Amino acid sequence: MADGRMADGRPRTPRTALHPAAWWLWALGLGTAATRTTNPLLLGLLLTVSAYVVTTCRPDTPWSRSYSAFLKLALAVLVIRLVFVVALGSPIPGTQVLVTLPEVPLPDWAQGIRLGGAVTAEGLLFALYDGLKLATLLVCVGAANALASPSRLLKTLPGALYETGVAVVVALTFAPNLIADVHRLRAARRLRGRPDTGLRGLLQVGLPVLEGALERSVALAAAMDARGYGRTADVPAPVRRTTAALTLGGLLGVCAGTYGLLTAAGGSYGLPVLFAGVLAALAGLRLGGRRSPRTRYRPDRWTPRACLTAASGAAVAALLTVAASSDPAALHPGVVPLTAPALPLWPAAAVLLGLLPAFLHKEPS
Amino acid sequence: MIRFENVSVTYDGAAGPTVRDVDLTVPEGELVLLAGPSGVGKSTLLGTVSGLVPHFTGGTLRGRVTVAGRDTRTHKPRELADVVGTVGQDPLSHFVTDTVEEELAYGMESLGLPPAVMRRRVEETLDLLGLAALRDRPIATLSGGQQQRVAIGSVLTPHPRVLVLDEPTSALDPAAAEEVLAVLLRLVHDLGTTVLLAEHRLERVLQYADQVALLPSPGAAPLLGAPADIMAVSPVFPPVVSLGRLAGWSPLPLTVRDARRRAADLRERLTEADHADSGDRADHTGPGDRADHADHADRADHTGPTDRRDRTDHTNPADRADPETSVDPEDPADPADHANPKDPADRADDVDRSLPPAPAPPRPRFSPFRRRPRPSAPSAPSALTTAVAPVATAAPTTPVAAVEARALSVRRARVQALREVDLTVRAGETVALMGRNGAGKSTLLNTFVGLVEPSAGTVRVGGLVPHRTPPRELVRRAGLVPQEPRDLLYADTVAAECAAADRDAGAAPGTCRALVSDLLPGITDDTHPRDLSEGQRLTLALAVVLTARPPLLLLDEPTRGLDYAAKARLVAVLRGLAAAGHAIVLATHDVELAAELAHRVVLLAEGEVIADGPTAEVVVSSPSFAPQVTKILAPQKWLTVAQVREALRREALR
Repeated sequence: MADGRMADGRPRTPRTALHPAAWWLWALGLGTAATRTTNPLLLGLLLTVSAYVVTTCRPDTPWSRSYSAFLKLALAVLVIRLVFVVALGSPIPGTQVLVTLPEVPLPDWAQGIRLGGAVTAEGLLFALYDGLKLATLLVCVGAANALASPSRLLKTLPGALYETGVAVVVALTFAPNLIADVHRLRAARRLRGRPDTGLRGLLQVGLPVLEGALERSVALAAAMDARGYGRTADVPAPVRRTTAALTLGGLLGVCAGTYGLLTAAGGSYGLPVLFAGVLAALAGLRLGGRRSPRTRYRPDRWTPRACLTAASGAAVAALLTVAASSDPAALHPGVVPLTAPALPLWPAAAVLLGLLPAFLHKEPS
Repeated sequence: MIRFENVSVTYDGAAGPTVRDVDLTVPEGELVLLAGPSGVGKSTLLGTVSGLVPHFTGGTLRGRVTVAGRDTRTHKPRELADVVGTVGQDPLSHFVTDTVEEELAYGMESLGLPPAVMRRRVEETLDLLGLAALRDRPIATLSGGQQQRVAIGSVLTPHPRVLVLDEPTSALDPAAAEEVLAVLLRLVHDLGTTVLLAEHRLERVLQYADQVALLPSPGAAPLLGAPADIMAVSPVFPPVVSLGRLAGWSPLPLTVRDARRRAADLRERLTEADHADSGDRADHTGPGDRADHADHADRADHTGPTDRRDRTDHTNPADRADPETSVDPEDPADPADHANPKDPADRADDVDRSLPPAPAPPRPRFSPFRRRPRPSAPSAPSALTTAVAPVATAAPTTPVAAVEARALSVRRARVQALREVDLTVRAGETVALMGRNGAGKSTLLNTFVGLVEPSAGTVRVGGLVPHRTPPRELVRRAGLVPQEPRDLLYADTVAAECAAADRDAGAAPGTCRALVSDLLPGITDDTHPRDLSEGQRLTLALAVVLTARPPLLLLDEPTRGLDYAAKARLVAVLRGLAAAGHAIVLATHDVELAAELAHRVVLLAEGEVIADGPTAEVVVSSPSFAPQVTKILAPQKWLTVAQVREALRREALR
C-alpha cells in the first residue's frame, strides 16, 4: 500500500486525491460543454471522456459507486424523452414515417395535443439528440459525485460557515441511513407475517423509521457535543459588531445590485453595488471565522495538478462555447432533411482536453 | 480524578431519582468498572461525567460532579471535551466523518489544536490502536471491533485524562472484545488515563478492573472496593465468581488462571461424581439435558431431540388429538409460580414441567378444532404451554428437520456471505451459531426466513422454500427475533402490539397477550414498548414471534444488553420451548449463553461452517469460545456452574 493504491490499482482516498473543488469544476466544465451542442458524436465523446476519467481516478469509497446510479438515471431520461415523442408526436416536421400508431381522437378544447399518429424518423432523431444532451449533463454531475463526494466539498467552506457545513454533511448522511432503515423495517414486517412490498407496507414503517432516524440524530448530536463541536472563542465586542455590519450590509448590497441589474433603469449602478456587496459579505465571513477556534487537519490543497484539472474542464467549456457561436451547423446537426452528423475536428480535439486529469493522476510507480 | 458528591439525578417526568446519593471518588490512573443489574442508572452516572447529563438529556442533577477539578454544572459537555472522552453503546452513532483518519482528527479540530500536533497525534493513535492499515478506510466498511477501536481512538486524540465507556464490548465477538480491552489496559498502564466503564459481561472485563463500583439496586448507594470484595456481595457476577462462591473459595478468584490454581480439589471431587453417574448419563449430549436429568431423571429421555416417538405427524390432521390434551393434566401450572419472576432457576424448572411432550394438536389454519380464545388472566393455564406444545413435528422414526440447508451459498454486493453451508436442525434441538462479527451468522438466519435469497443451494423450512413463501404462511414455520427487537414492534402500547400480533398470525385474540403475561409478568397493557428495558423488549418481541407458533425459532444476538438475571430468564424460557419441540437457532457471541443452552454449536468463519458438533466438544477445543467453567475445569468437560452444582449436590447425597 506504500504507493497509496488499493490492490486493484485504484487510488485510495483522500490523501492522493485532488482538491474536491477541482473535480467539481472539471465536471461542471464538461457539463457546460454538453449544453452547447447536440451533435451525438461530440456528446458521445464527452461521455467517454468523463467515464474514462472516472474509472481511472475514482477512489474506493461508497460515494464513488453513485456513478452507476447516475448512468441509470441518464438512461431513464433518454428513454422517457423518446417515449414521449412516440406517444405525443413531435413538433419537427418530418417526412420519413417509420410507423403510424392509431391516433386517439381528442375533443376540441384539447387542440394542439396529439395522442398517437405518425412517428417520423426526424422527430425521433431530434428527441434522441436532445435527450442525449440532458443525459450527458447528468452523467457529468455523477462523475463529480463519484470523484469527490459533496461532503468533502462542503468541508472546504470558510470557518464561519463550518457549522452550517457540518449540519449539511450530517443531513447528507441522513438520507442513506434512512434508506437502510426502511429496508430493515420492511424486512421486519415480513417477520411479522405482513407483506413486505407495496405502498401500504412503506407507509406503515414510516413512523418507526422517522423515530429511529430522530433518535440517531439526537445520539449523534450528543456525541458531537461531547467532542467539542460548537466551542467558541471569545471575540472582542467591536469585532463582533463589525462582522454583523459587514455581513448585513453585504447582503443588502447583493440584493440591491441584483435588482439594479434586472431593472432597465438601474443598469448603471447595478454591477458596482453588487460587487461591493459581495466583497463586504466575504469580509464579514472572514471576520466571523475568528469566533470559531477550529483548526483543519490536513486540508485539501490547490496543487498544480488540481489547478490543471480544473483548467482542463474550463477549457473544454470555453472552447465549445466559442465553437457553438462560430460554427453552429457542425455542433447542431440538422434533422430536416436527415443527414448523418459529422465529427467536427477541432471541437472534438477540445473535448479530448478533458482527459488531462486521467494522465495527471497516473503516479510514478 | 472524578468526584461525585451526593449526586442524584431525576429525569423530567420520572417518579423518582434514577440515581440517588452517589458519593464516589475515582482516583487518577485507575480502571474502574461500574457494575450492576439493568436499570440501576449506570448509563446515567456515566453521562454525568461528560456533562451530557443533564446538559443534553434534561432532568435535574443534585449534588456536584467534578472532573479534573472542573464542575460539570458550570461546564458544558463541549467545554469538557478536552478532559473527558466518551464512547456510547453504539459506536456508529458516534461518528461524524466518513474515514478513519478524519474521525481521529475531528475532536482535535474542534479544540483548535495546531495542525502539526494533530498530525503527530493521529499517527501515534493509529499505531497505539493498531489502526494504521485502516487509516483511509470508510468507517462504514469496518467490522464491529474495528469500529469500536476507532471510536475509542477518536476520543483519545485530544488526550483526555478521563475515558468513559458504556458497554464497550457488548456487541463484539470474544476476540474483538479482547482486542478492545487490551487497548484500554494499555492506555491505563502507559498513559495513566483514568477509565470508567460500565459493562454487563463481567466475565470479559472483571479481571482488568482495579476497582469495582457496584450499584446494587435502583436508588441504592454505590459500593466501591476491590473487585474480589465487591463480587462477594454483588447481585451480578461472572461464572468464575459463581464457581468460586460454590466451591467456597476465599478470596474469590476473578480470573480463570486464579480459579484454575485453586480448582485441583474441585476437579477431583467432580471426577468422582462423574464416575458415579456416568452409567446413566451416557446417552445425553446437551448441557440442558445434563441439568434436567438430575432433577427429573424419569423423564430425561423426553428432552433428547431424537427420542420423541410419542408425537404425531402434524401433516396428518386425522391423527391429531383434541387440542385440549396439549395442556398436560398434571401440569402444576401454579399461577403463583408464574407470577413470581424472582428466581429464574425455579422458573426454568417450572416451565419445563409445564411443557409435556403432548401429541400435537392441530394448527388453526387447517383444523376444524379452532382453538378457543383464552382468557388472558394470570390464573389461566400457562399460555406458554398452549403456544409451544403444538409444534412437535417429529415423525415416528425419522424426525423431520425444522430447517435444512444444502450447499447453501449467498452472494451479496460482491461479497460471498455464505459458502456451501450444510446445516440441519431437528425439532427440539437448540443450535448456537458462533463466529466473529461478519462471519455470516445473521445472513444464515435471514436466509431461513426468506429475507435473503440464496444464490446457490437449497433451504427448506418445514418443507417450504422460505423466500418463495408468502410471509403470512412463513411465520407459522419460522420466526426470527432480530438483533434489534425494536424493529418488530410498531404499536405504541403493549396491548395494541399484542392485538396486531394475533391478527398477523391468525391466532385467536388474546394469544399474544397471554404469552406476554406468561413470559413477562407485571407488564401493563398501556406500557409503551420503548419504555421497556432491553430484556423486556426482547421478551415482548419473542412473544410476538411465538404467537404464530413457529416450529423453528431463530434469535439473533439475544443477550446484547441483558444483565445476568434477564439472561437467566431468557435461558429458562428457551429451554422450555426446546423441550416442547421447538427447534431453536441462536446467533450469539455470548459463549456462556451457548454453553447453557445449546445442544450443538456451529462455528462459522468467512461464510463457511468450520465446526459443527455437540457443544461440549466444539467449545472445549476452542480457546476463545470456551466458557469460563470449561477453562477452569479442563480437561474435564464441564460447561456451566449449574452442572457443577448439580454434580456436587448428588455427590453429597451419596
